[in-house]
Amino acid sequence: MVMVSTIIHNIKSLFLKTTNKTTETVKIKTKDEVKKEGDIKLEVKDLNFYYGNFRALKNINLKIPTRKITALIGPSGCGKTTLLRCFNRMHDLYPGSRYEGSIIFYPDGINIVAPNIDLLNLRRKIGMVFQRPNPFPKSIFENVAYGLRVNGIRDKKLIQEKVEWALKSAALWDEVKDRLNANAYSLSGGQQQRLCIARAIAIEPDIVLFDEPTSALDPISTAKIEELIMTLKEKLTIIIVTHNMQQAARVSDYTGFMYLGELIEFDKTQKIFTVPSQKLTEDYITGRFG
Amino acid sequence: MGRKTISSKPDIIFPIIGFLAFLLVVSFMITLIVDIAIDGYEKLIDPSFYTSYPSRFPEKAGILSGWVGTTLVMAGAIFWSLLIGIPAGIYLEEYATKRGIIGKIETIIELNINNLAAVPAIIYGLLALGIFVYRFKLGESILTAGLTLSILMLPVIVVNTREAIRRIPRDIREGAYAVGATKWDTIRDHILPYSLGGILTGLIIAASRAIGETAPLVTIGALTFIAFLPPSPFTSEFPFFSLEKAWEVLMSPFTVLPIQIFNWVSRPQAAFQINAAAAGFVLLVLTVIMNALAYYLRQRVRRKYIW
Repeated sequence: MVMVSTIIHNIKSLFLKTTNKTTETVKIKTKDEVKKEGDIKLEVKDLNFYYGNFRALKNINLKIPTRKITALIGPSGCGKTTLLRCFNRMHDLYPGSRYEGSIIFYPDGINIVAPNIDLLNLRRKIGMVFQRPNPFPKSIFENVAYGLRVNGIRDKKLIQEKVEWALKSAALWDEVKDRLNANAYSLSGGQQQRLCIARAIAIEPDIVLFDEPTSALDPISTAKIEELIMTLKEKLTIIIVTHNMQQAARVSDYTGFMYLGELIEFDKTQKIFTVPSQKLTEDYITGRFG
Repeated sequence: MGRKTISSKPDIIFPIIGFLAFLLVVSFMITLIVDIAIDGYEKLIDPSFYTSYPSRFPEKAGILSGWVGTTLVMAGAIFWSLLIGIPAGIYLEEYATKRGIIGKIETIIELNINNLAAVPAIIYGLLALGIFVYRFKLGESILTAGLTLSILMLPVIVVNTREAIRRIPRDIREGAYAVGATKWDTIRDHILPYSLGGILTGLIIAASRAIGETAPLVTIGALTFIAFLPPSPFTSEFPFFSLEKAWEVLMSPFTVLPIQIFNWVSRPQAAFQINAAAAGFVLLVLTVIMNALAYYLRQRVRRKYIW
């Protein structure tokens, strides 16, 4: 499965690279460019986040490694989703949110939480998959094409190619190729979530944020999504928030444990789940609280 | 045992009371409809009733200028109220910051929108007389009447637009923003199409109220006796439409069905009562057609967007 989609991706990127010459808006990473990316994709420095007067994140310091899966775990209300939503500035949709500190986005070195940053461009580079599948009540094709359209791609052929590529990458193509014009709501929950993943990756982001992507799904759909996430890390940096510790242990390379708005511990997943350095982390993963 | 009798009694009594109340409401309506249908029967089946102008002679009098006037005025009212009401609702839901001086103004407007819906219609008539007729010199015209009724409809449309927008799940909005959509992209591609069902519901409620209004239109100077129609804006030569004539239509004097009915009811001759009943039935049918159309459109939209 991993092999096949890698091959498909490689062929596709070669193919799309040639069409790139005519359209400047779309860029697909070549192998060389992928190598050029540093080891660190995001660097969170002394990040504080406030909802009004409530300090939801306290002095977070964290380095998100490139093309790895980083999981954020912790009990409800610990701020893991809040932290995730800082990366694409989703909080800005609602009044009363305030950031302090910085999140440096490499290789550009821009500060994501700076007030004057171009949010549209940021969200184009950092995609998101939500807790509940949230496809638009439009056709399957339009769902995936939407990100391309709002990012200024008008070439119909290119849109078609990218939609097909995204659906294949999201392991959904074979199930929907004969009914691309059907409403996305006719899909099952798991298929809808994979459609949302296709929508997120169609615009070729550098990072995809997953906010408890399987919490509303059955075990079989969950397994499919997890498998998919693991294949995606070959070309994407992934940050996943999860309630499910087994899931974090299964899919992630690095894990951060959060508690009451603080990042208690961040390390290789294997280490966190076998020899955590903090007592609190150990208590949480052994199920003593949370 | 005692417990059982206590709990089972209301289970019988309340449905009976409820059913009687329901029957009462429905029987009022049915009585009204049947009564005016029977009273106006001989006029309703007479085609010349629909194609004649008002007359001193009850047997010659018709409702042509009435239904043409009502149709044109309502078309104008719906157009203006949607044109202003939808953007106003979208602004209050999507853009309003609720901070600073502008925020204070927004809050005042917000609180008053609901009050506006309860203002007696005649007050709107006086407002329109002052603004549209005297200040803007739009005359006692179809345009003025459309604008007047649109003010009457606006609050209901704004409130319903806002409610429809609020019903759209947060996830859908965030999904759009997450792929880099601008606020305008999101409104155009998602908020507006998905809230159309609710907006149409508001339109039904508002238009059904406005179609029967007499007071504000009398205030701005609607006539009761009109023996001509506005000119047709369509021409036989290319481009088959004349802006000049269309403007003439907008500036024409007018009457509407409720005013016609009122005029006939106040006549002493018994024969005019028949005309009034028949015209009342026509007004009722117009309302039903309008509601049916809006209902059909709403159902079509709703079927597409179920959360």
